[in-house]
Amino acid sequence: MILKINGKESQVEKEASLSGLIESRGLRPEGLVIEHNGRIVPREIWREVTLSENDTLEIISFVGGG
Amino acid sequence: MEDTLRIGGRDIPSRLLLGTGKFSSYEVMKRAIEAGDSGLVTVALRRVDASSKTENILDFIPAKCILMTNTSGARNAEEAVRIARLAGAGGAGNWIKIEVIRDQKYLLPDNLETLKATETLAKEGFIVLPYMSPDLSMARRMQDAGAAAVMPLGAPIGSNRGLKTRELVGIMVREIKVPVIVDAGLGSPSQACECMEMGCAAVLVNTAVAVAEDPVRMAAAFKEAVIAGRLAYLAGVPQERSEASASSPLTGFLHDEKHNSQ
Repeated sequence: MILKINGKESQVEKEASLSGLIESRGLRPEGLVIEHNGRIVPREIWREVTLSENDTLEIISFVGGG
Repeated sequence: MEDTLRIGGRDIPSRLLLGTGKFSSYEVMKRAIEAGDSGLVTVALRRVDASSKTENILDFIPAKCILMTNTSGARNAEEAVRIARLAGAGGAGNWIKIEVIRDQKYLLPDNLETLKATETLAKEGFIVLPYMSPDLSMARRMQDAGAAAVMPLGAPIGSNRGLKTRELVGIMVREIKVPVIVDAGLGSPSQACECMEMGCAAVLVNTAVAVAEDPVRMAAAFKEAVIAGRLAYLAGVPQERSEASASSPLTGFLHDEKHNSQ
């Protein structure tokens, strides 16, 4: 299925969970912040969130800045 | 004498605040923060991509530092508020530097949108420090809206030009009750010292330290400059005069009065 991740359309396995997606992309969960369809998803429930076609995800992290 | 910077109900152990951008590595950044003895550091939030570092910057920030997320990238109040909420959810606490910029050439802040974001976030319980163009009326509004401090720019971000806004910042220092922190444009320790001498509560420096040949040593230099400037302010910097005023006594010269010309 197609999801919009960080502004780009991306192919994702059907019925993937949020934590599964993070894992499959090789991202370290610590320090990540995730917005799912415009809502912030608390880390504790990443495992419970199932992704659907056309969902929008923002996966962000802290970087250096002034 | 007790002279502690207090913002948002917290004592900040140092008046040198550091940005964390542009460092060659997080390790160098960490050592610079330690050398500068900074009490508060800023970070930003960005989308993760393939080029993102696998290291987590938060692991490199000394525990005693207050973490303040900036809203860089925000083009209006709504975007700034969204970034602030994400920062809170990401475990970065509730200190926010509001930065709303639409002008890409000079990176000057949009004071009106900044004010709107300040109002919203202060109501939500964030400790809000707006980055702003120096303007007394706006600073008063920010203060009334709940800003914990105001952060006027000295010169455009990363320009290293120093306190070009001196007159306007001076007015803010005299009239605004919350701490006035010069943020952006400071390129050398002497410029930071100048801000402190005139009564600014702190300075926020990033580029000048991060891109120095030796960022760790430069952070130490800024630390000393900020301390010196603060001490001078507390001691009372004397006013400028247009004419000379002798430092040595004007009596008892070793010559006769009649030969004394002028």
